[in-house]
Amino acid sequence: MTADVDTGLVEAARRIATDVAAPNAIEVDKEARFPAETVAALREERLLSALVPVELGGAGASLETMAQVCFELGRRCGASGMVFAMHQIQVACMVDHRGDGAQWFDDYLREVVAEQRLIASITSEVGTGGDMGKSVAAVSEAGTDGYQSFEKQAPTVSYGPHADAFLTTVRRAPDAEPGDQVAVLTRRDQMEMEPQGTWDPLGMRGTCSPGFIATARFTPDQVLPVAFSTISAETMTPVSHILWSHVWLGIATDAFDRARAFVKAAAKRKPGEPLPAAIRLSELMSELSLLRAEVGLALREYCDLHAGDRAKLSEMATILRFNNLKIAASEQAPKVCQEALGVCGIVGYKNDTPFSVGRHLRDAMSARLMVANERIHATDASLLLIAKEV
Amino acid sequence: MKDRIRQVIKEHGHLSVDPGTLADDADLYQAGMTSHASVNVMIALEDTFDVEFLDSMLKRSVFESIDSISQALTEVGVEA
Repeated sequence: MTADVDTGLVEAARRIATDVAAPNAIEVDKEARFPAETVAALREERLLSALVPVELGGAGASLETMAQVCFELGRRCGASGMVFAMHQIQVACMVDHRGDGAQWFDDYLREVVAEQRLIASITSEVGTGGDMGKSVAAVSEAGTDGYQSFEKQAPTVSYGPHADAFLTTVRRAPDAEPGDQVAVLTRRDQMEMEPQGTWDPLGMRGTCSPGFIATARFTPDQVLPVAFSTISAETMTPVSHILWSHVWLGIATDAFDRARAFVKAAAKRKPGEPLPAAIRLSELMSELSLLRAEVGLALREYCDLHAGDRAKLSEMATILRFNNLKIAASEQAPKVCQEALGVCGIVGYKNDTPFSVGRHLRDAMSARLMVANERIHATDASLLLIAKEV
Repeated sequence: MKDRIRQVIKEHGHLSVDPGTLADDADLYQAGMTSHASVNVMIALEDTFDVEFLDSMLKRSVFESIDSISQALTEVGVEA
């Protein structure tokens, strides 16, 4: 751990992961239910507002700390880790881009601290082909009462039924181009959320992410004052890729730990006999270490740029770098889980043994879909035509 | 130089309006240029003016208007 990690917060997260997330993980997965106990415990430890700056009452924690928390939670319950990660991404966007003297956002961040608000995002939209950089929905002109509104049809809203507020991407104005977007933060009581469809997915079942038609009424100061393209480049995209990949690393690490426990148990039963699974475990460890290296290095690189030369975050070479983190980690994590299954064999395949890794594999398989890797490759292919040093 | 920039944008920017009608400081993204189209504009600018942009210039804000593009081209040695 680096000096920038708040060990007290990480310790608290580890306790929550072990004492609360782990014992509920099987039920959360089986019933596709929200990990409410875990989120309640995170609220109790004031972890939902950890990223909020000290001057607004938060802990002013570093991204390194948040990444470590994501890892600890993901290790015990992938869905809990992902809910926490996604919430922190919305907080990071507000902290970074609210602008100086933005009273509404400063007040709202104080409220996140006082009330431990949980914030979801509404970024995907029906009709955009999965491109987060485009919107159909738009902010309306302000009415005579000064309020603006939007209506957005979202195919998935992670923990939508459980969030207190939503950060939504929409076009800046009714006549704005699809890529001319802003981000709006609205409270649940300013919104109507009409559920669309069901939530019965392969993995990450506890994130409870059905579709919604979201409508909202809000005042102009609830719109973050910079273009969403800037928010996305400097904060949302790299922070998402970093925090998600720490969740995936947590999942893969637990799959490895289970494979290792399996091999140790087998070695005890037959001391001195050759153990093919032990060789596979060693191979698995090298796969896990590749994942760990990429995830850890990307975190350090981002934190250095964020603290130093923030303008560099918008450069194409940097965008390529953090896109690569997402692609690499989202492919490596399920690979580690699948090979852990190979080590454990049938007791790993069964859902009710200490060596079960089915949930890990299913959770990790969601990684490549969270902003589809094919889409990221298409972006990267285009950027590679022009970027110089990558 | 700005006429040649307009020509490149016309051919590669896929704007929803004619670049000829745009002010020098108009926001090209607000005029409908996508990220993908902006990369094609960058490549075509390098080709047209026979220059290479620096990595530090390859970002959205540098290509957001005819003014900002002409400033970038000046920085890499194109005469106005």
